[in-house]
Amino acid sequence: MTDTAMSGPASFADAGRVRDPSAAPLTTADGLPLKAALRRSQRRLRLQAVLLVLPLLLFIFVTFAIPIAMMMSRSVQNPEVSEFPPETAAVIDDWDGEGLPGEEVFAAMARDLATGQENNTVGRVTARINREIPGARGFMLGTAREAATLQPPYKEAMLAANKGWGNERYWRLLKRETRSITPAYYLLALDYEYDSNGAIVKRPANYQVYQPLFLRTAWMSLVITGLTILLGYPVAYLLASLPLRTSNLLMILVLLPFWTSLLVRTSAWIVLLQQQGVINDLLVFSGLLGDGSRLRMIYNQTGTIVAMTHVLLPFMILPLYSVMKTISPSYMRAARSLGASNFRAFVTVYLPMTIPGIAAGTLLVFILAVGYYITPALVGGDSGIFISNLIAENMRGTGAQVRLAAALSTLLLVGVLLFYWLFNKIVGVDRLKFG
Amino acid sequence: MRLLKSLALASAASVVAIAGAAIAQDKQPLTIVSWGGAYSMSQQKAYSEPYTAKTGIKILNEDKSNEALAGVRSQVEAGQVTWDIVDMLQSDAQRACEEGLLQKINPDEWLAPAPDGTPASQDFIEGTLGECFIPQILYATLFAYDTRDFPNGGPQTIADIWDVQKFPGTRALENIPQKNLEWALIADGVPAEEVYTVLATEEGQDRAFKKLDELKPNIIWWTQGAQPPQLLADGEAAIATAYNGRIFSAQVDEKQPFKIMWDRQMFEVDGWTIPAGVKNEAGVKDYIFFATDTQRLADQSKYIAYAPARKSSIPLVGKHEATGEEMLPHMPTQEDNFKTAVRFDTDFWATYGDALEERWNAWVNS
Repeated sequence: MTDTAMSGPASFADAGRVRDPSAAPLTTADGLPLKAALRRSQRRLRLQAVLLVLPLLLFIFVTFAIPIAMMMSRSVQNPEVSEFPPETAAVIDDWDGEGLPGEEVFAAMARDLATGQENNTVGRVTARINREIPGARGFMLGTAREAATLQPPYKEAMLAANKGWGNERYWRLLKRETRSITPAYYLLALDYEYDSNGAIVKRPANYQVYQPLFLRTAWMSLVITGLTILLGYPVAYLLASLPLRTSNLLMILVLLPFWTSLLVRTSAWIVLLQQQGVINDLLVFSGLLGDGSRLRMIYNQTGTIVAMTHVLLPFMILPLYSVMKTISPSYMRAARSLGASNFRAFVTVYLPMTIPGIAAGTLLVFILAVGYYITPALVGGDSGIFISNLIAENMRGTGAQVRLAAALSTLLLVGVLLFYWLFNKIVGVDRLKFG
Repeated sequence: MRLLKSLALASAASVVAIAGAAIAQDKQPLTIVSWGGAYSMSQQKAYSEPYTAKTGIKILNEDKSNEALAGVRSQVEAGQVTWDIVDMLQSDAQRACEEGLLQKINPDEWLAPAPDGTPASQDFIEGTLGECFIPQILYATLFAYDTRDFPNGGPQTIADIWDVQKFPGTRALENIPQKNLEWALIADGVPAEEVYTVLATEEGQDRAFKKLDELKPNIIWWTQGAQPPQLLADGEAAIATAYNGRIFSAQVDEKQPFKIMWDRQMFEVDGWTIPAGVKNEAGVKDYIFFATDTQRLADQSKYIAYAPARKSSIPLVGKHEATGEEMLPHMPTQEDNFKTAVRFDTDFWATYGDALEERWNAWVNS
């Protein structure tokens, strides 16, 4: 479209120059130089094009770019300690971090607790600290209730009120977290934490959850992508090579599940796969299995892989089909007439031509799978859930949990972008064909 | 969408408020936020409809309780409080109260005494009234089983749940640490009243997880309250933890042969909160006084199988409106059912929840 629109007047101008280069510039009917008129009309076209996509750009900016940026900024925000015990935050910087801080810091904390109690804001900082030192909430709230009656010297008074105040780790944490930006949530999202000296260490094994889950999400998505290729390739080939009437019917069979609600499809798999379900019943009925040894095919990884492979299959079949449709059967015929076996012709002629389709399908299915949420939640049980399930869980929690969820989501986003970059390096995104 | 809806509601409310102000200040409608579904319906039937009939004050309902904490936080922080009364879980109410998002409530000033004159602060079940929280109903999480799986009688105690030799079959548990760790300790012989002290220690936590290790091969996990009755009905699980109201519906509405094991039910409460800086405080106070009195709380149990949070309401519990089923035997607070009940400690979970949830996720996924 744009090509012809631009080449028309341009070639006319060229023709003019060739005819008589030294003559006065050509003008339009109303006396404007042709070049200026051309530039003006092109500018108008370009402006029109921009105006046409402007709503979409605005829409994407408002509903996509801004929320993502806000989510990412939330993952490093750390306002609690600097805002809610402000006096402590101001003086604790001067403390060297050895042993317990001095009277000055304790006195500031006592004043902050009293103010916090009055304004009901103690809860905001306790939730943040308690996240890393379970139990801190208890002694902070407890002492806050009596803060107005505390007498100097505050250090002794507070230590007497609760021995929790003698926890050196607590004070070091406060000192560290007065910054309004923190990497703490990213550390947590990768199963690292600060130890009592403030050094970054791996979390104890029985608390490590996010890193294994990221890995599991990635490899299970790869397995699912591989399965969709294995299952989708022959179907797409049939779709592309059968006569129109049969292939249309087949296409409807592919699209029908595509149009059915995700929840319905997932529930259908529950009915099929559960221990008292259709497949187990059939196996028991046919005598292949004893009633006591029914297979567990759902609420574990098998369940997630089976259900997600089915749900994502159309995203593999459709790009494959659109590529295969354009491959002329005469290529295969030519290969065979030159002496290649069926297999050889397929591997050296047909398969390479379908790679853009495989690549597009892989990209679609893998990226969709990595962020999947509902299906793993319903059929994943314990060993088959994805990282997005824990993101969703944290999203519903306290302020600190929401920030952890933001950090996890950012990591997931970075992971997907990395995959895309790697994919582009290896396959080349310009070779993709989505249909 | 949500923004539009709340804008529309806010403007509608303000138009009515301006019009109403000319006539009478106290005729302003009240915006009440709750969970929606059968639960909201039971509140509207038992509280709001009689209240409107009595006073002529309209009640606007919003089904936003599952985002109550976030909603109240943003309204209070923006200084634009449009919700008058918000139904919350006790744990959320406690958190919001500590953050200063809720109005503090003196129970004896705000709430009606029991018919026999007992002040409100003595009439609610121990440990359920909060600084900013008035409980309405008490619900229990407990073990239930399918009688078809246990022809010779089902499990009777928490120890039986762990006895997979005597009571074989899959157990469906909720995929959260809350309540499961408590039950694990009880099964391991910790007296119920010491459960939370033990669970506060590293050794106690190890002990609970070790006890759960024993059961893990026999567990499937659920995440939504509707799942456990379904898992039992499908034969996927023989025993499941569930909310008592869900098992009641399965038993009474769907005639499923399920049985509740009331031993060591863990109960918690759901109730009203009022956002800090609410505009129509007098109106709110009047509604709360009416809706939380002994008769109103008892009335709610006609529509849903959760127990009134007042002790004085128990004798007034009647029949199920839809099926005519006598409700008292289904109430978690009925004397026999309540004998070994354990109060779910929201304070403990506010302190240790973050760490235990992470350890739980690591354990479940290992």
